[in-house]
Order: sequence, then structure tokens, then C-alpha cells
Amino acid sequence: MAELNVNIGALKLKNPVTTASGTFGYGIEYDDFMDISRLGGIFVKGTTIQPREGNPYPRMAETPAGMLNAVGLQNKGADYFAAHIYPEIKDIDTNMIVNVSGSSVETYVACAEKIAELEKIPAIELNISCPNVKQGGMAFGVTTAGASEVVRAVRKVYPKTLIVKLSPNVTDITEIARAVEAAGADAVSLINTMLGMAIDVEKRRPVLSTVTGGLSGPCVKPVALRMVWQTYKAVQIPIIGLGGISNWKDAVEFMLAGATAIQIGTYNFIDPTVGIQVIEGIEAYCDKHGFASARELVGALEV
Amino acid sequence: MKKYMLNMKVTGNDRLHANYCLLRLTADQILPEMQPGQFVQVHVENSPTTFLRRPISINYVDREKNELWLLVQLVGDGTRKMATYKVGDIVNVLLPLGNGFTKPETAAQNLLLIGGGVGTAPLLYWGAVLKEMGCSPAFLLGARSKEDVLQRDLFEQLGDVYITTEDGSLGEKGYVTNHSILEQMHFDRIYTCGPKPMMVAVAKYAKNLSIPCEVSLENTMACGIGACLCCVEKMNDGHHVCVCTEGPVFNSEKLTWLN
Repeated sequence: MAELNVNIGALKLKNPVTTASGTFGYGIEYDDFMDISRLGGIFVKGTTIQPREGNPYPRMAETPAGMLNAVGLQNKGADYFAAHIYPEIKDIDTNMIVNVSGSSVETYVACAEKIAELEKIPAIELNISCPNVKQGGMAFGVTTAGASEVVRAVRKVYPKTLIVKLSPNVTDITEIARAVEAAGADAVSLINTMLGMAIDVEKRRPVLSTVTGGLSGPCVKPVALRMVWQTYKAVQIPIIGLGGISNWKDAVEFMLAGATAIQIGTYNFIDPTVGIQVIEGIEAYCDKHGFASARELVGALEV
Repeated sequence: MKKYMLNMKVTGNDRLHANYCLLRLTADQILPEMQPGQFVQVHVENSPTTFLRRPISINYVDREKNELWLLVQLVGDGTRKMATYKVGDIVNVLLPLGNGFTKPETAAQNLLLIGGGVGTAPLLYWGAVLKEMGCSPAFLLGARSKEDVLQRDLFEQLGDVYITTEDGSLGEKGYVTNHSILEQMHFDRIYTCGPKPMMVAVAKYAKNLSIPCEVSLENTMACGIGACLCCVEKMNDGHHVCVCTEGPVFNSEKLTWLN
């Protein structure tokens, strides 16, 4: 039986399979369907220092092999999270990682400081790539200067594992990855959603209330895989790969391209137990191909 | 309530009309408790343009046959695919999801269940459960025309049935809110499911007479279990809540529709 554990900086994962922020709630939403503690980690819902109501309905449009969303970081704020949600999830036996968002350097820092106080949250994922909020979010993630500035500021106040989630909506993702690495990130996760839109032809209006939204699901996988591969060649820090992973084969592809761990996102909506199947599939793949550890898969692509 | 993911077997799939089918499903295990007004999420395989599960309200639960009934309107590729399911096919379903209708305080209350189009679907199961509880529910069903009035015979076994059709081909001509029964009788509670303009009109009628009214929403959704926050409805207090976990049944006073 192959070893499945992997490390993201100082963060130890029992296996490389985690779930993506915004697709898995706080984990407990999936309790009825599977043992969520079997996952290597759970990236919980995007959290901001102040509560956010998010964007107006409609926020979702289905596409072939994917969906667009424009949720807009609806959450009850970091204080509510700390007081009411953290006690519910802190004893789940896996890495509970909080996705942190903001609209200015100050709000990112304030949120990261708040989450840093929570003993059983071993890492944060800094979301500099949400396409659905007006001021900031993606604005930080699309320039090297903006990405560096926010990561440097958060690094100063956040001593635990700092993962930075990158946007694909850039000319060259490797520049941004290098910039956040230099600014002190322990790891990068990629890709966030790709900016897209959908039109209702009968009404001649956009489907989403925000006109544009973030595309996710199997349709983005080839783009995500390419970006993980390019980023793997550009940085030394570990990569968490995501974008359209819906089965163990997809997960292995991301690892071969250079991801140390992976996140399953939109496909949780289709099969809430997909995470377990991916863990078992990676193990079976390693055994079949003679890998003693899943770590040997990372970047093992032969070109 | 605990949620399940079940591989269910098709025991029947009848085309009720060009645009509707009644899909009946069973499972190896005894079907879990399901409340009227709750819904299920159906995974539609082999439909290339259908990615997400399809949320479908619970039309009826036949405990004797261990069957779940889904009344499906053929709207797009996913629901059209469901109409092709054959007896013996396996369908993956998440259930039961969301919250059901609120029970009346006493069995003596006059209850009116108002449905429009395929929105009549959850009212059949609700009517059956109410009848079991000793209530005498009345049904007001609205449709475009005669052939769009679905499961009329089944509703008639549960209580008085009043009908409106837009073309006047059955019952009174017009919309449900024009039906004369609303002027002739007093109701203590109203439950409604159907197109939003119809539910808004029903909710306004109920508010004018101070009748408690529950509406069942069908906002587009992805996960169905409160994880993605896509299906939100804005409440009167300004907050967005998930229709899939806080609803789909809401007290109409909580919604912004009546403002």
C-alpha cells in the first residue's frame, strides 16, 4: 500500500485530496454522505473581516461540463466564524483551512490576524483571485505588484502556513506565482475560476445578476492543468492544483504536472462522495504503477 | 434530517402529457422519512449538456411499494433525458433535501393548497399526509388548459378540487387567484407552489386576509445542500438565505415579495 501523506510547507496532509473553498461549505454539510475526516484537508468558505451578503440572485448559470457562479463571497464575517462555526469544526480530524478574502490590504490583514488566533486552523488560503467582487479580490491577483503587496502584508501577521490562491485571468500566471513566492507564500493554489458569462437569448439579458461570473467544472481542467505545469517549472514552493477535477485520473494528472496536493471543487455538487473515490483511486494508481508514495507522483510527468 | 445518496431503480415512467412525465423510483433499502415540500437532486447521466443535478420536488411517497414519485416537467435537456428512463434503469438521487410545509395547528382548520402547472407536484404528497392526519385539505389547481391539469383523479381522492385554466377548457377561466372559491370560503392556511407571479398573487391575497401562507420556491441551484450559496433568496431582514436548506418552503411574510 502506497503512502499517501504529503506536506505543504509545514502543513502535513494525510493524503493529497482536499476540497475547494466555496464548494464544500464548512465540511459539515457533507457529513451525511461521507466521513469528511478522511480528506487531506478542507478549504472552508471564503471569509472576510466584515459580513458580506454577496451578489443578488441569480448567481449561477449551468454550462456544458461546468457552471458559472457569482456568489460574491457571501459570509457572516470572521468574528461570526470564530464564535459560531469554528467550535463546530475544530475537532474534525483533518486540516481545516480558512479561505481569507478582502477588499483592501488592511481588510486582508485584519481577517488573517483574526483567523491566526484560532488554534486548530493550521493554514489560510489567501484569495487574491475572486472574480466576483468589485473592489479587490482579483484586482490584487492580476498584477505582480498587487499580489506581492497583499501577501507581504499578510505574511507579517500570519505565522502559520500561508497558501495563496491564484487567478487564471492573467497573461502569465507564473509571474504572479513568482511574485507571491518572493513575498513569503508557503504554497500556491491554482486555479480560481475563469471569468465568463452567459446570456438568456429569450430575454436578451445576462443570466447572472453581475453579468460576468467565474467558470468552474470539468470544462476548465485543461487550462488549469497547463497552468499548474507552467507554475511547477517557475517556483520552488508546493502547488495545490485545482480546476475541474472530477475523478482520480484528473487528480493524478495534476500531480504529475507538479501539484503536491489537489482540491476538488465543483464536482462535489455532482457527487458528494467524490473525494473518497479520488483518495482510493490515487492509492490504487500508486500501487499499480509501483510508486511507494504519492509524493513520487509530483512533477513525474515525462516530457 | 439525515440525507442519503441512493442508487434508485426505475419502476415506472409514464408520460402524463407531452411535457410531463411521472417517474417512479424504488431502492433496496426502505426509503427514509421524507416530508411533503422537500425535494431531491437527480443525477442525469448521458446528457452531454446537463452538468448539475436536477432538483425535483417530492410528488408522492408510496410506502407500501417503497416508491418515490417525481413529477417532471420537460424543460431542458436534463429533464427530457429523465423522460426517457426505462423500468430497471438506475438513477442516483440525493434525498431528502430542504424543509417541508408546516403542519396546521389543528385538523379542523380549513386548508387550501394552491398549485400552478408542475407546481402542483408537492401538493399531492402534502395533501395525502394532511388527509392521514385527519385534515380535509382543498385543492385549487391552475393550468394553461385542460391537458395541463395533472393528477386530477389523485387529488380528488384527497379532498375537494377546484380548477382554473387560462383558456377556460376546464374549471373556471383565468388564474387561480380569480377563482370564486376564494370569495366563497374562508381558509385558515394556504400553501402554494407554482410560477413566481402566481405565488406572489396568492401571497398578496393571503396577506390581505391575514391568512398564514407558505410558498415553495424553485430558485436555480447547484449543490442542493447549502454548500455553494447559489440558490439564495433575499429575506425581509435583508439577508440572503439558501432556498435549498432554509426553504424551499417559506412563510410568505419572510420574503420581500409583499413589500
